[in-house]
Amino acid sequence: MTINEELTLDNILEKIASMPLRGYRFVTMTTVDCGDTFDIYYHFDRKYKLNNLRLKVAHGTKVPSISGICSAALIVENEIQDLFGITFTGLAIDYQQHFLLADGAPEKPFCRVPGVYVSAVEQKKADGGAK
Amino acid sequence: MSMLIPFGPQHPVLPEPLQLRLEINDEQVVSAMPVVGYVHRGLEKLAEQKDFQQDTYLIERVCGICSFIHSLTYCMGIEELMNIEVPPRAKYLRVVWSELHRMHSHLLALGLLADAFGFENLFMSLWKTRERIMDAMEYTTGGRVMLGSCCIGGVRKDINPEQKKFVFDQLALVEKELKSLSHVLLDDYSVKQRLVGVGVIDRKKAYESGAVGPTARGSGLEMDHRMTGYCAYGELAFQPVVEQDGDCYARTKVRVRELSQSLELVRAALDHMPDSELKTPFKGNPNGEVAMRAEQPRGEVLYYLKANGTDKLERLRVRTPTFANVAPLLSMLVGCSLADVAVIILSVDPCVSCTER
Amino acid sequence: MKLFTMMKEIARNTVCGPVTRNYPAVKRAPFPGERGKLVMEEGKCIFCGICAKKCPSHALTVTRKPEQSWKFERFRCILCGSCVEACPKKCLHLVSRLEPEDKKD
Repeated sequence: MTINEELTLDNILEKIASMPLRGYRFVTMTTVDCGDTFDIYYHFDRKYKLNNLRLKVAHGTKVPSISGICSAALIVENEIQDLFGITFTGLAIDYQQHFLLADGAPEKPFCRVPGVYVSAVEQKKADGGAK
Repeated sequence: MSMLIPFGPQHPVLPEPLQLRLEINDEQVVSAMPVVGYVHRGLEKLAEQKDFQQDTYLIERVCGICSFIHSLTYCMGIEELMNIEVPPRAKYLRVVWSELHRMHSHLLALGLLADAFGFENLFMSLWKTRERIMDAMEYTTGGRVMLGSCCIGGVRKDINPEQKKFVFDQLALVEKELKSLSHVLLDDYSVKQRLVGVGVIDRKKAYESGAVGPTARGSGLEMDHRMTGYCAYGELAFQPVVEQDGDCYARTKVRVRELSQSLELVRAALDHMPDSELKTPFKGNPNGEVAMRAEQPRGEVLYYLKANGTDKLERLRVRTPTFANVAPLLSMLVGCSLADVAVIILSVDPCVSCTER
Repeated sequence: MKLFTMMKEIARNTVCGPVTRNYPAVKRAPFPGERGKLVMEEGKCIFCGICAKKCPSHALTVTRKPEQSWKFERFRCILCGSCVEACPKKCLHLVSRLEPEDKKD
């Protein structure tokens, strides 16, 4: 997978808004927890070719929502807000972190935050280190 | 005066729990808001804690209808990461099972749609036909829905001449039954009354809201990921089925026409299957990231895989076709009458469990 | 305007009788190669533990010490058959379906 463009918090809305104008279809967004930053991928498609844009944000940063530009992004942004705890500002409909998760569900279950989740690799390291 | 009606999660026509909060103004839907999460299982997280080879079987259980294509897409992703070349016979076998899955899924969806507009008899007849395909899948793989036949590097099972003959026999019966049933689905006056002009979404709107699969093709978008020629699709001749009207009838027509297309594809794939190994052996663990797409009965599915050189994946993300079809569904519902809501929902063929994972 | 398009089908269904079976009384013979339940040939197993390692649903537990044992939790099994493929002694088999009398074991 190639990353075609790197985004920053300043130019994200402008860059994303140019995609539908160039004939791109919004496919989805993917979030990866990289420890202290989140990688948010925006996948766009045109004629069976994927165009991937990447935004790197530190934990706790608020990200502007693109649901005003692509209405399809609304549900995926709400999903990310649930599973990773990233706050999106300006969401068309905000489910307040209860889109996929019920009341009383663990917070940010997909994050690598210790206590909530420790990746298997790190667990192994920690076990090895203790010995 | 407008009021709020919760449609679902328990509703006679919905096969899976999905709630739509409908704002109604005198029988007319003003707006719809989806409420999901009834069947969220955290499958993506579970996949990160298992071996990448074990994930093949886990991923197959994302969806109970299009299971084979889920595991196929996952395997194609891992194969791309590890540069594994799949043997030619395995490529054809993958096409055979993918298309059988497409046929049974379309028959299921059409049956449920018939049930939604109150044609119980047609519903049962379609499911009777579907049973023949289930038999074909069970005989060739040993499982009705969870085929378990796809693995990284190829396939695990072969189709012998006896099984091939059985599949051909079943397909001949399906073709015969389909002929009379498609006449009912597409020409009957009462069916047309319920479908024509209902839930219209035009080409531009469908593209902007990210529609995929029969929903997009029913609106005139020529979008079929099989055209990229993954597996053996590049060696088999076919054209995407496209209808222009964008209403429930067009989407139904796309499915009916795709059924006969899939039937021909299964036959062609079984006839042209070369002899070769079934599986390429491999060593080591995947590393890197990949986004893989394939065409499911409901549309394009996207798998994002991130591996770090260990036997466990760092991130696995599934974007199922229904997830992409929610936004178009919401815009279709605006302005329709309350009685048509059920028909419109089932015309996009929602698969809620795989949407929430 | 086409009405009663289903009539032909209905007439055929009336004459041909039901497509369903009277299940507990009439049973369909299982297809060969059906994945019904997992069985182990006692005696051939060397307790290597490869099957337990490959199992995606942790249905198998193999111990060598202090006592050799091979345990199988039937209701965790997803019948994928990866243990059958992995077994070096070929002592695991997927055989025909689970029958009510199997509940005893």
